Amino acid sequence: MIPKADEPFHFFSRLSLNVMTGIKAGNLRELLEHLKAVPESVIYQQTHRFLQQHQFLVPEPPNDFAYWVTHMLQDEKLGECLAAIDTVRFNSLEELRQALVSAIEKHLAKTNHSRPAPEGKEFHFMSAIRFSVPTPYFARDLAEFASCLKKVSISSLYLHVFEAKLRPPLGVNDFSHWFRTQLGETKLAKQVERLDPYTQTLEGLRSKILGLAQSRLEELSRAAA
Amino acid sequence: MPRLEEYRGIVGPDTLEELHLLARALDGKTVLHINSTAMGGGVAEILSRMVPFLQELGIHTRWEVIKGGEAFYAVTKKFHNALHGDDQGVTSRDYQIYEDTLDENLSMMDLGADMLFIHDPQPAALVKKRREMDGRWIWRCHIDLSQPSPQVWDFLKPYVEQYDASVFSAPAFAQKLPIPQFLIPPSIDPLSDKNRDLAPEEITLVLERLRIPTDKPLVTQVSRFDRLKDPLGVIEAFHKVRSYADARLLLVGGPADDDPESSLVMEEARERAKGDPDILILCLPPTSHIEINAIQRASAVILQKSIREGFGLTVTEALWKGKPVIASAVGGISLQITHKYSGMLTHSIDGTAHALKQLLSEPEYGRWLGGNGKEHIRQNFLLTRHLRDYLLLFLFLSHGQSDFIHLPDQPAAANP
Repeated sequence: MIPKADEPFHFFSRLSLNVMTGIKAGNLRELLEHLKAVPESVIYQQTHRFLQQHQFLVPEPPNDFAYWVTHMLQDEKLGECLAAIDTVRFNSLEELRQALVSAIEKHLAKTNHSRPAPEGKEFHFMSAIRFSVPTPYFARDLAEFASCLKKVSISSLYLHVFEAKLRPPLGVNDFSHWFRTQLGETKLAKQVERLDPYTQTLEGLRSKILGLAQSRLEELSRAAA
Repeated sequence: MPRLEEYRGIVGPDTLEELHLLARALDGKTVLHINSTAMGGGVAEILSRMVPFLQELGIHTRWEVIKGGEAFYAVTKKFHNALHGDDQGVTSRDYQIYEDTLDENLSMMDLGADMLFIHDPQPAALVKKRREMDGRWIWRCHIDLSQPSPQVWDFLKPYVEQYDASVFSAPAFAQKLPIPQFLIPPSIDPLSDKNRDLAPEEITLVLERLRIPTDKPLVTQVSRFDRLKDPLGVIEAFHKVRSYADARLLLVGGPADDDPESSLVMEEARERAKGDPDILILCLPPTSHIEINAIQRASAVILQKSIREGFGLTVTEALWKGKPVIASAVGGISLQITHKYSGMLTHSIDGTAHALKQLLSEPEYGRWLGGNGKEHIRQNFLLTRHLRDYLLLFLFLSHGQSDFIHLPDQPAAANP
């Protein structure tokens, strides 16, 4: 018997429109200074933009700061350090900001010099207007969930996996929350939570979640037989 | 003209579904695009596809072109160059010609719409009528504004500040403005005559008709004959490669109604190429979309050696065709090419020559670059993404301009 949810899972999409703040940094010290002061929406955009824009560009690092430091300031050591900051570990943007700030401060304390970016290659701080768009997809059980997950856009996956972790209940993606609270599927919820969404493409993530849901469906149908 | 449904196989069903969801939220809104030319150049080309698609999505959309004489276009060309950093001395009479021409246009145009999209500096001052109208005004700047001439920008800025929002093609073009500045890169239409797949025999027919020999690899730059596209620099780079690789250079451009300098620049290029049978300079009419498509597809390497560039749609077109592209690291080109991953970015004639030599000697490397470039364009620079960003911008302007916008829910129903 496949468990049915009291509250169906309604898939939404997250779309965003890039906003230019007009703030730019020409060296590491300026980057640090602005990084401390810009709104959280800027931190979010610069650490998540690549996820939606570079689905096939595997060499891209997981945040814009690492890319700029590596390629424009030619500081590979700090670039690697910034790229290795484990975005998935942080439950708030403020914590993520502090990790970035701390990495740069430590580096500056050791090197004490701030190489300028070439002319025209300054770091431009960006923000975004975010839109929450309801889709026509609703799931009342795991079978419907799998069927919907095949059809929704990657923007929907992005919203329910990435953004969900940054709002209550903190650190939990929407899918796992629904599996646990509506279907009683604790093991499946944990399996999805364990996936690191920052180190794979959204399409890769979709097929992994689908695979987990389908395996569980097969178990349930075997148990019912 | 294809319908949106025909893009399903290229962009996926979810992308089309999103467009319909957004358009439904804009139900009943009207849009007016205004620019300075109906044909020639990237803006006219985008609008010729964008307007019918907005209409298909149920957004009532019009497109108007301002009218101006030779003197007006000579002034706006000066503006264009000055905003790209090349100030050629704009006089007070020039400013007067600009103002008078736009006043004449204002007296003739119907500006009734919910969203007015004003493209580039030529029609920017139309915004002086804003207070008499209800609509939201958007200034869409397609040019590289990273180092504008202060004099011309100081003249235009008070107009730009009267808009509700501005839109630029690359982060480096952002200005200090009291209005929101959005980053919306332009796009290409993969099903247009310029970009759709062509059968090998169609390509051969076009090349035969244009008398382009195919006995040597073709190295091509497609762009207006404009000094900012550096056609003379392209010829020089090609000359530097000649002793290492046997190839033929094609400079392909055409006239545009709003660019009085183009015939002069083309003559300069012809003069520089004189006596070299391996340099062909083609001036094609603005409707030669299939011809451009065939030439790009027949080319071994595509160049875009611009000195300044708004976005560089010819780069987008070439990448979409899976071609290796060598382009200057200016304007929006850096958003399209990751150096040595999806193309080659260069900064000089010598750098361009070096990259060209490499790609002519290693065609397999070129194919790898082109393949990566094509996927990047599919994800980020096709017309459907552009349409989505415009719909989001309209929603932002009509939903109270907040940072976080929830669109109205839809009733629970059976899944489609």
